[in-house]
Amino acid sequence: MYLLCTVGSVYIKSKEAPAKDILKDLVEMCRGIQHPLRGLFLRSYLSQVSRDKLPDLGSEYEGDAETVSDAVEFVLQNFTEMNKLWVRMQHQGPAREKEKREKERSELRDLVGKNLHVLSQIEGVDLDMYRETVLTRVLEQVVNCKDEIAQCYLMDCIIQVFPDEYHLQTLETLLGAFPQLQPSVDIKTVLSRLMDRLSNYAASSAEVLPEFFQVEAFAKLSNAIGKVIEAQDDMPVIGVVTLYSSLLTFTLQVHPDRLDFVDQILGACVTKLSGKGKLEDSKSRKQVVALLSAPLQKYNDIDIALKLSNYPHVMEYLDNGTKKEMASVIIQSIMKNKTLISNSEKVEALFELIKGLIKDLEGNLQSELDEEDFHEEQNSVARLIQMLHNDDPEEMLKIICTVKKHILAGGPKRLPFTVPPLIFNALKLIRRLQNRDENVAEEDTAATPKKIFQILNQIIEALSSVPVPEVAMRLYLQCAEAADDSDLEPVAYEFFTQAYLLYEEEISDSKAQVTAIHLIIGTLQRMHVFGVENRDTLTHKATGYSAKLLKKPDQCRAVYACSHLFWVDDQDSIKDGERVLLCLKRALRIANAAQQMANATRGSGGSVALFIEILNKYLYFFEKGVTQITVASVQSLIELITNEMQGENATPDPTADAFFASTLRFIQFQKDKGGAVGEKYEAIKV
Amino acid sequence: MVLVLALGDLHIPHRAPDLPTKFKSMLVPGKIQHIICTGNLCIKEVHDYLKTICPDLHITRGEYDEETRYPETKTLTIGQFKLGICHGHQVIPWGDLDSLAMLQRQLDVDILVTGHTHQFTAYKHEAGVVINPGSATGAYSSITYDVNPSFVLMDIDGLRVVVYVYELIDGEVKVDKIDFKKTTASANSAH
Repeated sequence: MYLLCTVGSVYIKSKEAPAKDILKDLVEMCRGIQHPLRGLFLRSYLSQVSRDKLPDLGSEYEGDAETVSDAVEFVLQNFTEMNKLWVRMQHQGPAREKEKREKERSELRDLVGKNLHVLSQIEGVDLDMYRETVLTRVLEQVVNCKDEIAQCYLMDCIIQVFPDEYHLQTLETLLGAFPQLQPSVDIKTVLSRLMDRLSNYAASSAEVLPEFFQVEAFAKLSNAIGKVIEAQDDMPVIGVVTLYSSLLTFTLQVHPDRLDFVDQILGACVTKLSGKGKLEDSKSRKQVVALLSAPLQKYNDIDIALKLSNYPHVMEYLDNGTKKEMASVIIQSIMKNKTLISNSEKVEALFELIKGLIKDLEGNLQSELDEEDFHEEQNSVARLIQMLHNDDPEEMLKIICTVKKHILAGGPKRLPFTVPPLIFNALKLIRRLQNRDENVAEEDTAATPKKIFQILNQIIEALSSVPVPEVAMRLYLQCAEAADDSDLEPVAYEFFTQAYLLYEEEISDSKAQVTAIHLIIGTLQRMHVFGVENRDTLTHKATGYSAKLLKKPDQCRAVYACSHLFWVDDQDSIKDGERVLLCLKRALRIANAAQQMANATRGSGGSVALFIEILNKYLYFFEKGVTQITVASVQSLIELITNEMQGENATPDPTADAFFASTLRFIQFQKDKGGAVGEKYEAIKV
Repeated sequence: MVLVLALGDLHIPHRAPDLPTKFKSMLVPGKIQHIICTGNLCIKEVHDYLKTICPDLHITRGEYDEETRYPETKTLTIGQFKLGICHGHQVIPWGDLDSLAMLQRQLDVDILVTGHTHQFTAYKHEAGVVINPGSATGAYSSITYDVNPSFVLMDIDGLRVVVYVYELIDGEVKVDKIDFKKTTASANSAH
């Protein structure tokens, strides 16, 4: 028979007889070989050898009576017969060798598929012929053969070899075949591949898009999927989700502006998932995450995802762990695109979506998460809070209140991460309000600094449940400064009171106290809103705390820092030289005491560094013209230091030496300036 | 020529979500020999990111830093210059140049780099130069209104240091430069 085929092909070449007749004869004669394997190979040979001799358009074998239809007819017949043989292989031999047979079949499938390939190569097969003849016949064979392996492979083959435009135009016919296939065929994979191909086709150029609209591709695909899912009632969840995922990709590519389509897909997903409870296996979960991530990646704008009403419903079916994972994906998308979220409804919707990160969901064990991961998670929420913004103060305040509501439900572990960013967001708002035109009527608006401060107070108070007194204290001081800028004396005083209370009652670590004191003094030094009484009270307390620090050097430094509380350059009412001197003298006493202690415990003098620091402070106020700081006092301090450094008990201290040297250089430098400054320093002998 | 990046007060994530994109694209790994950071990063992720730009990272502690073990002050020598770093919340009054000069004398350094005020300054006085690189993210500050993101790049070459300040103003990066030579007696205020 092989010989016959070869002869036949030569015969065609010689053109002594019409190609179509020879081909017809050959294809019929091959029927003589009914053994599946041999028949397959024979027909494959026939196909190969006849390939270039088909009476195709423009080929040399075309004639009046011989047309493309004949070529098509030939290939179709060959195909049909080959498929029959192929399918027959399934049923040959004992049942126990089924697996072996199936493997064999799988290796041979390309032989059958080749015919389809040949069909696709025939020039004369245009859309109409494809639609009328080729597709119908092929599908007929595929459906009728009722063989799972064949159907799966061939459907896939059809999709792969024929051009996408054809598929679009014959979509209904093609999709119509699916429900007729054997139930065990993996339709979802084939359908997914079809949709992926169409998506890529749509992506290839904008000109093809109108075709999609014209054939109502979305509607057809969506219906087809619906039918398939209905027909295969026991399709596993992952199958359903995969199908909808592919459809979603397709829709995002072809109809990006049709949010209603996207929402529809999500809705269909929800309906199908609704009987099943939370997803159990990780593959399904991954697929759902991919499904939900697709709109985020496509639109790069969280606003759009928030508009999809079914989006949160799909998320409901994820278990808590995956919900958090999805929440992280959402936050990353926002951070990457730097989208600002601009109104309280969107914020509300967003925080609902990410609620897995914001608070403990039922059944969620906090101990699951490694500490570092937890920090990372909460820090990403903190960063997210920075992305909420609206220029309109009223709306901004609403946003702040919405966030406050959510984070206060977060529990003590989360508050230290989520509260500070919210506070600073609010402080930024207050500053914007200050910059605003003073004439804007305040009675009707909710967004006044005063009201915002009240809210801030409530939020910081929540930190006491954690507790994190150091953070809370810093936030109170920040608010105090902001209240100072807004000229709200009672509010500022209240914040200071809270800060002081925390210092007294909660901050007991020495190192923490030193930093805290510096922050208190530094903040207080800048306040201008306080009246004399209030300021006195707060200052008195601050100096008291300073003197009570544990280590003498810390005490000394804090006390001389307090000297600045009594002399503020830009506030004439705060220029009390007497109190400045008192502070510095007190600092000196403490430095002396520290020196003596060092002598007593270590047998040698401690460092003179403190004295040099105090000397510098003397010089600072001397420079400012504080009359109580006399030349004599400066001079005696210099002598004291010199004596200490040269004394018998002195421990060599290069740092202190250098410091003293540079201080003396400074004095000399001032002298050299001449003029009024030079005169002032003239009297100091170095 | 030694390039030293000086920056600080990023306050990520409490006051800012991230460094400005334009800054990030400029800070390419491998071009800078040292990084000086005044503090208030505030989280480890920022520390790790800075390390990728240059492994020689020197940080001092800001009052909001998560890592409490950074030192209060630090000194290092680069070429002919002694540099000192301190966040600055410890120096009262905050931002006061005379008090900062005292710290400079105390640390005995040519260049003192401090932060806290979120306001870029570069000031020369008889003991040396005080530089504040501002806030690299433009974070909110109770001390300074209208903070523009900024950082400083110092080019140390022999006895001369050129200070480049990069500021992000209305979405554009603007650069300014100031020259300082060691052992010059003249005092000129740069800002």
